[in-house]
Amino acid sequence: MNKWMSSVIATPRVNRRRFLAASGIGAAGLIVGCAERSETTTDAQTAAEPAVETTDLNAFVRIGNDDSVTVIVKHLDKGQGVTTGLPTIVAEELDADWSQMRTEFAPADAKRYANLLFGIQGTGGSTAMANSWMQLRTAAAAARDLLLRAAAEQWQVPADEVSVESGRIQHAKTGRESGFGALVSAAGKLTPSENPTLKDPSQFKLIGTRQGRMDSNAKTDGSAQFTIDVTRPGMRYASIAHPPKFGAVVSQFDDAAAREVEGVVDVVEIPRGIAVVADSFWTAKKARDLLSIEWDDSNAEQRGTEQLLEDFRELAAADDAPKARDDGDVAAAFQAASQTIEHEFVLPYLAHATMEPMDCIVELGADRCDIWTGSQIQTMDQGAAAAATGLPPSAIHIHTQFAGGSFGRRAVPDSDFVVEAVNIAKATGGAYPVKLIWTRENDMASGRYRPIGVHRVRAAIDEAGRPTAWQHRVVTHSFMVGTPFESTSIVDGIDSSSVEGAANLPYSIDNLRVDLQLARVDVPVLWWRSVGHTHNGWVTEVMIDQLAHTAGEDPVAYRLELLKDHPRHRGVLELAASKAGWSTPAVDGVFRGVAVHESFNSFVAQVAEVRVDDGQLSVERVVAAVDCGIAINPDVIAAQVEGAIGMGLGAFLREAVNLDDGVVREQNFHMYRPLRINEMPKVEVHVVASGEAPTGIGEPGLPPLAPAVTNAIFAATGQLVTTLPLADQLSVA
Amino acid sequence: MKVSFKVNGETRAVDVPGDKPLLWVVREDLGLTGSKFGCGIAQCGACTVHLDGQPIRSCSIPISAIDGKSVTTVEGVSSAAGKAIREAWRELDVVQCGYCQSGQMMSATALLERNPAPSDDDIDSAMAGNLCRCATYHRIRAAIHAAADKLEA
Repeated sequence: MNKWMSSVIATPRVNRRRFLAASGIGAAGLIVGCAERSETTTDAQTAAEPAVETTDLNAFVRIGNDDSVTVIVKHLDKGQGVTTGLPTIVAEELDADWSQMRTEFAPADAKRYANLLFGIQGTGGSTAMANSWMQLRTAAAAARDLLLRAAAEQWQVPADEVSVESGRIQHAKTGRESGFGALVSAAGKLTPSENPTLKDPSQFKLIGTRQGRMDSNAKTDGSAQFTIDVTRPGMRYASIAHPPKFGAVVSQFDDAAAREVEGVVDVVEIPRGIAVVADSFWTAKKARDLLSIEWDDSNAEQRGTEQLLEDFRELAAADDAPKARDDGDVAAAFQAASQTIEHEFVLPYLAHATMEPMDCIVELGADRCDIWTGSQIQTMDQGAAAAATGLPPSAIHIHTQFAGGSFGRRAVPDSDFVVEAVNIAKATGGAYPVKLIWTRENDMASGRYRPIGVHRVRAAIDEAGRPTAWQHRVVTHSFMVGTPFESTSIVDGIDSSSVEGAANLPYSIDNLRVDLQLARVDVPVLWWRSVGHTHNGWVTEVMIDQLAHTAGEDPVAYRLELLKDHPRHRGVLELAASKAGWSTPAVDGVFRGVAVHESFNSFVAQVAEVRVDDGQLSVERVVAAVDCGIAINPDVIAAQVEGAIGMGLGAFLREAVNLDDGVVREQNFHMYRPLRINEMPKVEVHVVASGEAPTGIGEPGLPPLAPAVTNAIFAATGQLVTTLPLADQLSVA
Repeated sequence: MKVSFKVNGETRAVDVPGDKPLLWVVREDLGLTGSKFGCGIAQCGACTVHLDGQPIRSCSIPISAIDGKSVTTVEGVSSAAGKAIREAWRELDVVQCGYCQSGQMMSATALLERNPAPSDDDIDSAMAGNLCRCATYHRIRAAIHAAADKLEA
């Protein structure tokens, strides 16, 4: 290693930030000091600037004497754009200029930074905007009020004569003017208002308009820092061997060959496998591949996917099951029906397959533990690391990094990869900071999949074609079992995440039953972008389309008729249909399908246009309409829906994790094949104007895609796809 | 082994195992972390850099094959095409999680350097080796067209 290289490694690129004792919105923190380079910065320019004096006006708003406004972001940014959306809310109520906004990820501190919908700090369920909306508006309005009062005091003028626009505070009568920076120190000494006046939405200037993403610059010149990019002084790299079967443990192992590799520092056994630690990731991985490990499979899940689905089908045929909804008299309605249709739907395991594999850096000392990772549920990671180290949670310092995708994967109730890294640090005595990087094979084969499912739906219509009965049996396995959430999320045999989007079917059907059989499977599963809705949005929207077909009615008109009490469903459905030109025929050879689905309190309708030639499907265009309340940044909303359409299409076409005798078949991207650019349809996203409070958009764009495409394929070919993924079903049919 | 090569115009010398992939040398030994690890088997394109002007998957090329050659990473892009791509990426806010985007931009830059006015089909075939799990493909296509227009103007 030459001198230049060692200096690169020896220089800390990341300074530990000071943990500020700022309290909540109700009290202005009097924290003044030099802004260090924080553990995460979304703007490379910020990092290069000289030290700036800053004052925290509350837990979320920090203002520098250079007029910079830093929003403390309590959520993980995994691409969904919270580092743009949250500052937009603050800039709006603060009347700041967009160019002065900065962001910094919050430390793990559930007291100040809890997700108000979770009660702990964390990101998920498309809640970031929804739970932050009033909290950040209030925080920013309180900060604005402090600045205006500080200006009034300094200028000896009445406070109600002071105004602010685009980051400039003004007193019109005297012509005095100031930026925030010159006043913030004085503002920090005032008592904040508990009920600051919020803007009327009609006054919004930034909200509802496109502001450029705060992270675009850093993510286009290589400077954005992800976990995999973090370097600590003396850091070593770890690569881990996991058991091939879920639930297996190490029986014995031989590490002689691994230890012979130059650069290997340690080989340690931890509860989840054998880790090799070395001076480089490449060396660690190479040596890991030389380990000879005998696994004890006696408690491992040994079933393959086919066997599991067979077992699920048995549960689907069971007489009874816990009911999530039971309206009217379903049995009598089927007896009286004019026509009945029934379909079985089968869904595979899906991997999150984030582009950045799971990774984590741990620096373990005697009385504190620092963790750098794309932490999605900071409070859980903190608790899990505390349990693993024996330190109190307050001694666990989490430095949240940009995450190279998550889709739910980084929110793990047992903090799997974080605890692994902590255990490696423990096993090596905290001798050096450890950076654990999973290989893609680790990431694909070590679990946490969207659960498989078998759904059986039977539905009946009367002579007028109206649905009179609907029976939906869901068979899946729950990722809540065995977690701290089990007792609250599984009630009377009903796991709400398994029936969401099915039990609340919006269509007017008098006799309606949704029930659930939960299978016991030892394959680790987890929420996957839009969770139960990925199952239930597809199943219900294909079924309702089949009912329309059976009744001989137009699929859009049929839905609208049954959605009389659901104006927001109707709104997006009508908008998508109109923008897609539903009432006029598509060009020759192109067929349309439609779907509408509510998830996470947002409403999305999509019209898919497909062509099927010689068994080859191409999805040419998808027109989406979205209602997620007030559109904080319409362009970020559009981006989320575009991406959800692409991700959903990849899952529809090809994605599946299969098990052969309990071992994952798809170990890397040559076998698990997400969508690529040549398959991406043209996408249009239309946002419904709304005055409702903002709801989520990270997930809701996904569920309608698969049913819209399924319905379009049916329109094109008469073939109903009821097993996912599509794979080669059209060409072999 | 000792290997000397140009990175972003500067000559660098490293002494590392000859089988160490170029990706891990630029990331670990040279501190250039813009190029990312995604799959390790040249299937995802997150590690794409230019080798003597051609886009390659740096995760699958041993450093022993790089001696005397010239490598450009996302940090060192300076060609007109590269700058136009970066600008277009920013103007259209292509990125979401951003992890794959260095690789996307390196592939897109190479495309524009040899084909200044690519069609959608040209873009699809040049970019099909770069996975984006956020599926920002819609904007990648638009940004490449925008960059091409910029270059032409």
